[in-house]
Amino acid sequence: MQIYSISLNEGKMKKYICKRLGIAVLMLLGVTMIIFAIIRLQPGNPFLMMVQFDTDPAFMEQKLQEIGYYDPLPIQYGKWLLRALHFDLGYSIQYNAPVANLIADRFGNTLLLALTSFAISTVIAIGIGVLSALYPNSIMDRIMTLLAFIGVSIPVFFFGLLMIKVLGYDLKLLPFSGIETIGKHYEGMARAKDIAKHLVLPALTSALTQTASLVRYTRASLLETVSEDYIKTAMAKGLTRKQAIIRHGMKNAKLAIITVLCNRIPDLLSGALIVETIFVWPGIGMLNYQAILKQDYPMIMGITLMIAVIVIICNLAADLLYSAADPRIRCEE
Amino acid sequence: MKKRKNEEVLLSAGQIAKKKFFQNKMAVLGLIVIILFVILSVFAPLFTKLDPNQTDLLNIRGCPNAEHILGTDDLGRDIFTRLLYGGRISIAVGVISMALQLAIGVTVGTLAGYFGGILDKIVMRIVDVIMCFPFFVIAIALASVLGGSMTNLVLIIGMLMWPGIARIVRSQVLVIKENEFIMGARALGLNWLEIIFSHVLPNIASSVLVASTLSVASGILMEATLSFLGLGVNPPDPSWGNMLVAAQSMSVLKNQWWMWIPAGTAVVLMVLAVNFFGDGLRDALDAKSKISAGD
Repeated sequence: MQIYSISLNEGKMKKYICKRLGIAVLMLLGVTMIIFAIIRLQPGNPFLMMVQFDTDPAFMEQKLQEIGYYDPLPIQYGKWLLRALHFDLGYSIQYNAPVANLIADRFGNTLLLALTSFAISTVIAIGIGVLSALYPNSIMDRIMTLLAFIGVSIPVFFFGLLMIKVLGYDLKLLPFSGIETIGKHYEGMARAKDIAKHLVLPALTSALTQTASLVRYTRASLLETVSEDYIKTAMAKGLTRKQAIIRHGMKNAKLAIITVLCNRIPDLLSGALIVETIFVWPGIGMLNYQAILKQDYPMIMGITLMIAVIVIICNLAADLLYSAADPRIRCEE
Repeated sequence: MKKRKNEEVLLSAGQIAKKKFFQNKMAVLGLIVIILFVILSVFAPLFTKLDPNQTDLLNIRGCPNAEHILGTDDLGRDIFTRLLYGGRISIAVGVISMALQLAIGVTVGTLAGYFGGILDKIVMRIVDVIMCFPFFVIAIALASVLGGSMTNLVLIIGMLMWPGIARIVRSQVLVIKENEFIMGARALGLNWLEIIFSHVLPNIASSVLVASTLSVASGILMEATLSFLGLGVNPPDPSWGNMLVAAQSMSVLKNQWWMWIPAGTAVVLMVLAVNFFGDGLRDALDAKSKISAGD
């Protein structure tokens, strides 16, 4: 019985993975098409910014023909997609440099900020969520629930501005602009320390809202599990309430937490755009915002594509992790 | 005497929900704040004699005083007045975008859930595509194409956020349509439209109500963020979001707190109140949770 079900599951698992991969590719196509359509509908010819104002219109026209500016949209989309497969995302109009290189230059900064805030919020949120669920309706639980509520209700940028005002200007505790102190060329450890100092405020700001929603989620899904009968059974078998919750309850809440963690990636990147803009953090988000202000289509497309790929990979990972943790999922369809 | 006692025990579902809701202090407080803010902004002319767009160039960035209780802004306009009138626009963006999400989300979700099959597959794929996207990345791109205005803001929020409601509605419809009373309705010869309107929709009303309350809160948050980035409500019309644009100036951020903190606080209070209200509503309408004894 046991052996039979395992071999059956392996076949099903493979089929499931293939199916999810197929869906992921379809989603990617859908997303890129939508983005392409939106961005090509933008008014104005962005190439006008690149040339001198006295360029011969006829010459201009010929060049535009050459680079495919007048091609039908589906053809432009196809060409762009083919090039993107070779990591050729075109030239940024604003910087006159390959988009892929510009993104690669900034990507590390965004990753640093995103991972730091991800780590901070995950640790704090799961800790608080578990404590809140262990002692529901205690004073601590109430305060934490209230704080979590405030956390999801405050706009990220407003919280960032308050941080800048209080910790940056009034108390002069931490730097709040850029990634390094301008004009000081630190090396080695001194540089790492300088960057770490600049990282604190943006990372905390970006962690805030994520922590808040994750706390609420962990608490809610743990509380739901706690009232299940198997917790009572476990307690009847001699475990204390705490042991039962941590050994049996967490196992079940794990599923929900995996999904939420993976689904937070889009929020993380979305938040990065705003946090980076406020704290002048030189990452993808700031690059994207500037590109939008300057109508730099290839840049917007490149960044959006990259974010879409990351998000879809994360969704895929969430589904696969989920089905690995709960075999019932793959048998459903 | 005995009879009256019995009547008290047998409460209707609506009465139970009402009782549960009013036991939740935070939810009631939320409701009071919402009503207060709506009254303040709808009847703004009653609470301030000043015009929100009246400039006074001799009195710019003035600190709060008896005449201007929250000071004046870059053009000498009264901040308190702009806050009241700005509330109209911010709340309207939240409510109208919610209505739009509701219209699309409920229609799409009900049809997908009720009919299932290929329609459901296609619709849910579209929902996945929209939902997997980081909201602000796409919203900012859209806003820069369409241009910033209140109408566009509502359209953008509505078009990007309906999948959340569609998903909730679909999953509820999937459960409801397996019930015997649906089979009964079919056996009686009702057509799908009649079944959806008289048997399916009333049963999902409470979860839709909760989801739409919470989407008002996120609509207000999004208005604030997009307007702050200069892609939302255009000046000179005040909105809580575009009043916060003042804080983009380093000197204002540092020295003139009254030019940006009140607008931000208004957003936080309003969103917090709506969230508390929505949460209380969810608990009250959830048949599983019981009326708490004391508390």
